[in-house]
Amino acid sequence: MSDLSARFSPSRREVLRGIGLVAGGAAMYRAMTALGVTRGSKYTGPVDLSGAPRGASVLVLGAGLAGMTAAYELRNAGYRVQVLEYNARPGGRNWTLRGGDTYTELGGERQHCEFDKGLYLNPGPWRIPYHHENLLHYCRELGVALEPFVQVNYNAYLHSPAAFGGKPQRYRSYKADYQGMVAEQLAKVVGQGALDKEFDKQDREMLLESLREWGYLDGQLRYTRNDGTSDTRGYDKDPGGGLSGKPVWSQPLSAKDVLNSQLWHALPIGDVYEFQTTLFQPVGGMGRIGEAFGRELGDLIRYNAKVTRIVQDEHGVSAHYEDAAHPGVTRQVRADWCLCTIPLSILGQIPMNVGSAMADAISAVSYAASVKIGLQFKRRFWEEDERIYGGITYTDLPIFTIGYPSTDFFSRGKGVLLGAYTWGASAFQFTAMSPAERVREAVRQGSQIHPQYANEFENGIAVAWHRVPFAMGCFGEWSDELRAKHYDNLCQIDGRIALAGEHASYLPAWQEGAITSALDAIGRLHQRAVAGAKS
Amino acid sequence: MKRTARCGIIAAMLLAASAHAQSPAADEAVLPPAVLAHASGEQIFQHICQGCHMPDARGATGAGTYPALAKDANLESAAFAAATVLSGRRDMPAFGPRTDLQGFEAMLHVDLDDAQIAAVVNYIRSHFGNHYADTLSAADVAALHPPTPHKP
Repeated sequence: MSDLSARFSPSRREVLRGIGLVAGGAAMYRAMTALGVTRGSKYTGPVDLSGAPRGASVLVLGAGLAGMTAAYELRNAGYRVQVLEYNARPGGRNWTLRGGDTYTELGGERQHCEFDKGLYLNPGPWRIPYHHENLLHYCRELGVALEPFVQVNYNAYLHSPAAFGGKPQRYRSYKADYQGMVAEQLAKVVGQGALDKEFDKQDREMLLESLREWGYLDGQLRYTRNDGTSDTRGYDKDPGGGLSGKPVWSQPLSAKDVLNSQLWHALPIGDVYEFQTTLFQPVGGMGRIGEAFGRELGDLIRYNAKVTRIVQDEHGVSAHYEDAAHPGVTRQVRADWCLCTIPLSILGQIPMNVGSAMADAISAVSYAASVKIGLQFKRRFWEEDERIYGGITYTDLPIFTIGYPSTDFFSRGKGVLLGAYTWGASAFQFTAMSPAERVREAVRQGSQIHPQYANEFENGIAVAWHRVPFAMGCFGEWSDELRAKHYDNLCQIDGRIALAGEHASYLPAWQEGAITSALDAIGRLHQRAVAGAKS
Repeated sequence: MKRTARCGIIAAMLLAASAHAQSPAADEAVLPPAVLAHASGEQIFQHICQGCHMPDARGATGAGTYPALAKDANLESAAFAAATVLSGRRDMPAFGPRTDLQGFEAMLHVDLDDAQIAAVVNYIRSHFGNHYADTLSAADVAALHPPTPHKP
């Protein structure tokens, strides 16, 4: 075995390091392109709406990203467009709470956001995967500046109160130790002949070589305390210059502790397609996208309009609405066609004469619970004390998540953390608290990971999606079974009405799902409008 | 299913995590799973139902409405109330036990057993200005389960 491993040289990591130093990324990219590893984007621009019938009109319900994408494209194609929106602002769940904002949740609790200038919470979406091309297209088209969103931060933590005495573990160290443990054990069984049937000698040598590189194993295929493992999991004292520069290696966690801590559950999160590097966020908050759409559409959008009834006949569609702030007087708007993006949680309560297939689909989908809490601190202690610049700590406390801001690094001022981002049973229970209790609870739990909370916390704001008046839930909760039964019926045009939104997509909760569903629906509405005009 | 699998990674982390015995005290703001699994009718109302139906059970109205459960004539039928908790209604999630959900979907779901559903329905029907004298048992709720869909 040892003479096998002696031939394993130099590791791929070392080779890549060498390439990076010598040739730079561009050379590597060219090489990869030549090998067919990477491929350019296939995005071909928005939907083809050419030949809109003269004078044709579309009523869009909801000025979230689905509704505003539709309104923008339809208007540009020559349709007469009106948009009704319940809120006093554009964006819907594309939303940023900033200092000075107030937010009143269902039940009447009003929160004043007391964040400093420039600090914010995105209560809804907060990250954009690089492959959400349609959303990125509109950011470019509308001039929304983007910056990197850090998802994986090797210096952030994995944490469980039940593991390592509640001491948070650096992602970097735990990941290295986990890989080292797996590689060492697998190498051992390969050496014992356990895989002799599956692999011939050459295959086994290749496997061992890969395990040595992937698991940072030494010449004896062991994962031990040495320069190689410290250069992955981190040093007790980093290397430096001069007489004081000698590094001190760190001691890996024991294999059994690595296993039984169960922190490995969180290791692959950054490998999920939607969370892979590079991700983006709009400079100044996710709400910048909705605000840009709103500016672009101007007075096509009627705000504070609460839709109370949707009626179609063979010639068109009427929506009844009242002033959301001063209910009582009902008004009507009418158009040839209707694109309705109202969340199913609300649409299910609005009388609308569609067939039973669509009506059943609307009623079938419940809405998921989720809660986000933003906490402002007097200083950016996660950067100053702990060298955490962006990224996410995952914990199995009910807060689930601590998100560090991916912007304004090294700034001297205050900072806002995402102090909780939670789902399921935990989110239901946070929802059932008052906003002040939610904030208090997030501070109490988070201080187990960052003891600085106790001295540095200033104020917070909490958004529980089931209490959000315009959404009444976070996103449409499809199961495979429900999707098989109802999804196509939800998306089919019923007479003159089509639905769109994240709920009408295979990307639940993602803005790209909302936008692609809108493009898909208006493409089909357009075909009907053209066909109708010719007949 | 691919989507389920990848979301499952996150779900597993969050679920497994909460399976850890973290000093499961019944007075915690967020009940740990082991405590929630034995929560009383009152606890279930206060930790889950009031998120939408509000602490005074009067519901709320925004773009849509969460119905009031206070002085609610619809509660005359305990079976109707229990079936609603068990199977959900429109945007209201189902709280009956689900074994078919995987990964992220499973994580989003809260399981209440028949005795708990009976307890929370009994609690609501005898509070908030409701004075229904009859009560529901776990066996009554068991009888309301929809037939188990056949899974290959």
